[in-house]
Amino acid sequence: MTKDIIKTQKLTFDYIRRDEEGNVEGITTAVNDVTLNIAEGDFIAILGHNGSGKSTLAKHMNAILYPTEGTILVDGKDTSDENNLWDIRQTAGMVFQNPDNQIIGTVVEEDVGFGPENLGIPTNEIWERVAESLKAVNMYEFRTKSPNKLSGGQKQRVSIAGVLAMHPKCIILDEPTAMLDPKGRSEVIRAIRALNDVEKITIILITHNMEETIYADNIFVMDQGKVALSGTPREVFSRVEELKRLRLDVPQVTLLAHELKKAGLPLPAGILTKEELICHLS
Amino acid sequence: MIRDITLGQYYPAKSVIHRMDPRVKIIGTFIYIVSLFIVNNLIGYLLAALFLVFAISLSKVPVKFMLKGMKSIAVLLLFATVFNIFLTPGEIIWSWWKLSISKEGLLTASQMAVRLAFLVIGSSIMTLTTTPNNLTDAIESVLKPLKVIKVPVHEIAMMMSIALRFIPILLEETDKIMKAQLARGADFESGNIFKRAKNMVPILVPLFISAFRRANDLSMAMEARCYRGGDGRTKMKPLKYQKADALAYLVLVAYLAGCILLRIFGQYVI
Repeated sequence: MTKDIIKTQKLTFDYIRRDEEGNVEGITTAVNDVTLNIAEGDFIAILGHNGSGKSTLAKHMNAILYPTEGTILVDGKDTSDENNLWDIRQTAGMVFQNPDNQIIGTVVEEDVGFGPENLGIPTNEIWERVAESLKAVNMYEFRTKSPNKLSGGQKQRVSIAGVLAMHPKCIILDEPTAMLDPKGRSEVIRAIRALNDVEKITIILITHNMEETIYADNIFVMDQGKVALSGTPREVFSRVEELKRLRLDVPQVTLLAHELKKAGLPLPAGILTKEELICHLS
Repeated sequence: MIRDITLGQYYPAKSVIHRMDPRVKIIGTFIYIVSLFIVNNLIGYLLAALFLVFAISLSKVPVKFMLKGMKSIAVLLLFATVFNIFLTPGEIIWSWWKLSISKEGLLTASQMAVRLAFLVIGSSIMTLTTTPNNLTDAIESVLKPLKVIKVPVHEIAMMMSIALRFIPILLEETDKIMKAQLARGADFESGNIFKRAKNMVPILVPLFISAFRRANDLSMAMEARCYRGGDGRTKMKPLKYQKADALAYLVLVAYLAGCILLRIFGQYVI
């Protein structure tokens, strides 16, 4: 039985808007009563359109935000206890959307070393960790380059290496591909999948791009702060009509298969890849 | 257009001075500046000039680059010299209408000009041979004693290195905003200086907003990577003194001692 790396219990978070005098103007509930478990070693995707609360949920997993109500346990530790803060941030690393705004170093290798430096790792081991992390995301040959000279996909892989060098059990990626071109996007997704397969690191990928989620073990679809749908990609994407109602697109292939099925062809629900569809059609 | 601006003035080369520990270079520059104000006679200035030539030849940086730094202070230098020449009272050696030149004036003016010129060239040796990163590290290390009086040394160094990282990004962004505003008919080229300054407002406002947003994102990313100030932090690239650095210190101390001796016993030599 694998243990759960992240456990939330009736997690609720309110954004409180205040006017200039500090009086409460309004409350927006971004995450509403979410209870979910994420098993160690899984590849999880959290889907949702803008404002569905998926990023807010992600920030709870790294103890950047604390729940208004309910609890969240990361590797068995409660995030609302301040003594756990740094342990949690080491256990659950976070990669953000904008690659430029999360690279601190002026040289690639220095940026990857930033996390281990903060943890007080001895110098020799920092170098080992930096080399190993850069190799894991296939960026080792760029180690002495300036981050400004890299493409978006490369920068985002450096960010992932930076988190990796802290030896986390789990990496949360908050729309890491939103600002990238298709090439950068596939580079990043390939790197993430390799980490999950080879290093057995739990991946929590937050995205609104459906194509990226088909490799996930489990998908949570969020809407208005609640988990609207969950299950394996096949289960989730077989519910095309419901996803459309949540203003989400299904992958093109899945949509095509769905339409063909409606038109009377004998196809199973939730087809995810081109090959699968070809196989069923022939 | 705006991206052509090169940052810092590091001149890459392989020389003894390039390889030197940046702390030596900072302290060395400081010693040199101090020495310029210690020396007060001709032989002293000759020694300072000799030392400067020695350092320049070791650094393998073309003299052209050294003199570039002089351009920025040329106006200041000219003003200071002229005022010193004409306004210092003393034994008058030449006068015309209301202007008069005194012997003392000539002396102080030439002393000051030489001091200023040497000072600028001397410190440009440091900036030309040290990467901005190394310089930041060295500043943190050299200023460490100030921590006792609660100067946030690590934070200052961190701010400097982040600024270095973001300058090219913000330049690029400025370029983008300028183009976007030009596309909407903004005019940055015509009008007098006040009008032009006013026209810069539509560039500065979005730039500031974006800079604040970036700062916010960056601080979140730093915290997510367990950044909690300088305490308990290790260094990936710690500064280590080599044998050559000890030698450099020795040379510096000898030079400073020479300057002090020349000041005390100078009058007997001439």
